[in-house]
Amino acid sequence: MKYKSQKIAYYFFAFSMLLLFLQICYGFVMGFARIGYDVLHEWIPFNEARTTHTNLLVVWLLSGFMGAAYYIIPEEGDRELEWPWLGMVQFWSLAVVAVTAVIGFHFSWWEGRKFLEIPRELDYLVVVNVLAFIANIGMTLYKSKRKTTTAGIIFFGLFAAALFYLPGMIDSDNQTIDSFFRWWVVHLWVEGVWELIMGGILSFLLIKLTGIDREVIEKWLYVIVGLTFLSGILGIGHHYYFIGTPNYWLWIGGFFSALEPLAFLGMAIFAITMSKKGGRNHPNMLALKWSLACSILSFVGAGFLGFAHTLPNINVWTHGTLVTGMHGHLAFWGAYASLVLAIITYALPQITGRKLFDTGIAEYAFWASNIGMVAMTTAFGVAGVAQVVLERRMGMDFLAVQTEIQPHFIGLLLAATLFTSGILAYIYVFVKSGLPRQDLGEIYDK
Amino acid sequence: MLSKNGAKYFFLIGTGFFFAIFLGLTYDSLKQVPKQTHEENLTPQVVRGKNLFDKSNCMGCHTILGEGAYYAPELTKVYETKGADWIKNMLTDPEAVYPGARKMRKYKFTEGEKDDLVAFLKWISEIETNGYPAKPVNQ
Ligand code: HEC
Ligand code: HEM
Ligand code: HEM
Ligand SMILES: [Fe+2]
Repeated sequence: MKYKSQKIAYYFFAFSMLLLFLQICYGFVMGFARIGYDVLHEWIPFNEARTTHTNLLVVWLLSGFMGAAYYIIPEEGDRELEWPWLGMVQFWSLAVVAVTAVIGFHFSWWEGRKFLEIPRELDYLVVVNVLAFIANIGMTLYKSKRKTTTAGIIFFGLFAAALFYLPGMIDSDNQTIDSFFRWWVVHLWVEGVWELIMGGILSFLLIKLTGIDREVIEKWLYVIVGLTFLSGILGIGHHYYFIGTPNYWLWIGGFFSALEPLAFLGMAIFAITMSKKGGRNHPNMLALKWSLACSILSFVGAGFLGFAHTLPNINVWTHGTLVTGMHGHLAFWGAYASLVLAIITYALPQITGRKLFDTGIAEYAFWASNIGMVAMTTAFGVAGVAQVVLERRMGMDFLAVQTEIQPHFIGLLLAATLFTSGILAYIYVFVKSGLPRQDLGEIYDK
Repeated sequence: MLSKNGAKYFFLIGTGFFFAIFLGLTYDSLKQVPKQTHEENLTPQVVRGKNLFDKSNCMGCHTILGEGAYYAPELTKVYETKGADWIKNMLTDPEAVYPGARKMRKYKFTEGEKDDLVAFLKWISEIETNGYPAKPVNQ
């Protein structure tokens, strides 16, 4: 750690760990409901569990991105953060808003719009909070003499993510228009601006971990994010097939979203070649493993499994089934969850001064969580395909099909247990790494 | 070989170009949606129904227009296939309609509110959805 203010990242990372743990708890509530043990129904009905599960996911990822920015921006910009105190104020206000939202969900304080359930009053607080964050890192970059592409792309991604939160606040009495702008947030985030954040953080990690020349890495970064927007902006059409929007979206959405996997493929090839070329002599090989897992599993989950149901003649059968759930899990895990875990694995030893990445338990966390998530995705996938064939293609009744596919959810819960053991190991390593240290210094000097 | 500057312009120009097209298509879509969704039938009652649907977070278990959760039946065409009375019974006591099945929430809606929700689901069922949900293959 070169600058004192980088340790602000620690608090965001710790908050991410807490929310990740809670997210998994709600996942289990739903998993058990699906095998007939909806025992918490009176207290936490399925819709409360689901809303909490997905919102916790989004918030812990955003908290992870913010932490990453607080760590990376001073390092790339070669100066302290402009307003460290504001960083801490922003952290606490984020925590208060997030906790309030989660508690509120249990009292039906929400808007019933998938992924954007946070009530309007809190939306405004989120906006203020994010403005404070953007101002802080923006000013830090603006005043620094060293302007790198990596930092620029991360900043631009975060700024655009903040901007694209706003369309989610457009109200309409027409369900179709509501949904139309909901996708401006959900799709343009995960298949647009968040990919910039992902590309930027991966570049930072690869530069640090492989020692490859920055110019080479950053050139490919531009190509990849170029591909992202080239395909991803009009690729939004894959959500406009069947919601009451004009039918030209069928071929526009089909064509451009079919190109979206290219950006993820590019990201995977980029990470693999760079880490091969760079020689593997950085002490923190585990962070490199997480980076590679991120780039590869994002291609599998977002690219490959996204492509599997993105063409309109397939999507007309799979739209709104567990096939979507399958894709949602591995895409979010590969692209964004493992990204946050990668940057934490790299940055935490720098912040706390303790190196636990070489331990068996840290290694276990990596393998158990990744294998567990791939197995969970498989269980969702088998259940989803069976649902599509039986319910959508053959016309069997919804509930009858759900009984038919119930065994796959036992499989899901077993896989989720393996996954959770990995996450618990990860959190254990996090806690054992201790609190931020007071002194400065490079921990990776050999 | 592509230079870093070349790559940068590929990114900037590509993004600007496709975003401009997207804005154009958005403008056109917003012009056509009222026709495709029969906005002339979007009465205050339907709007009340929509707000109830949102407030109750029905989407946290169900899908509508294929969006939402996968725990409970798709509701886009439920007005057509099951009818108003069935829906109102579900909103009164789901256990009575589907004894022993997976649990829906038991709501305490007034008669008026149930009618609002039915009106909303009727309006939804009339949206032109480009062929979704598709008819099963053997029917
Ligand atoms: C906790 C989850 C949950 C919530 C919340 C929920 N439902 Fe349901 N709903 C179900 C389930 C599960 C079924 C399938 C029947 C059963 O098992 O009782 C169902 C069935 C229905 C049906 C009958 C569908 C059919 O094909 O027979 C209608 C209509 C319905 N729900 C409307 C609503 C509306 C409107 C709301 C919001 C006010 C709502 N539901 C909220 C879980 C839920
Ligand atoms: C990291 C990137 C991605 C993430 C995190 C992600 C996540 C998700 C999630 C959570 C949904 C459900 C959304 C909702 O119903 O509200 C979804 C839907 C969808 N995604 Fe992705 N996705 C990603 C990339 C992709 C890509 C690259 C493609 C195409 C190649 C794709 C194709 C689709 C399609 C077609 C749907 C609609 C499914 C349906 O009709 O029900 N996704 N995605
Ligand atoms: C113990 C682990 C987990 C279990 C048992 C679990 C289970 C579930 C279940 C049952 C659903 C609802 C599906 C439905 O509507 O019927 C769901 C939704 C979702 N979960 Fe998880 N989950 C777990 C962990 C995770 C993790 C780690 C992530 C992110 C990386 C994640 C991301 C999502 C997303 C994005 C959705 C919404 C999907 C969609 O709408 O298509 N889950 N989960
Ligand atoms: Fe999408």
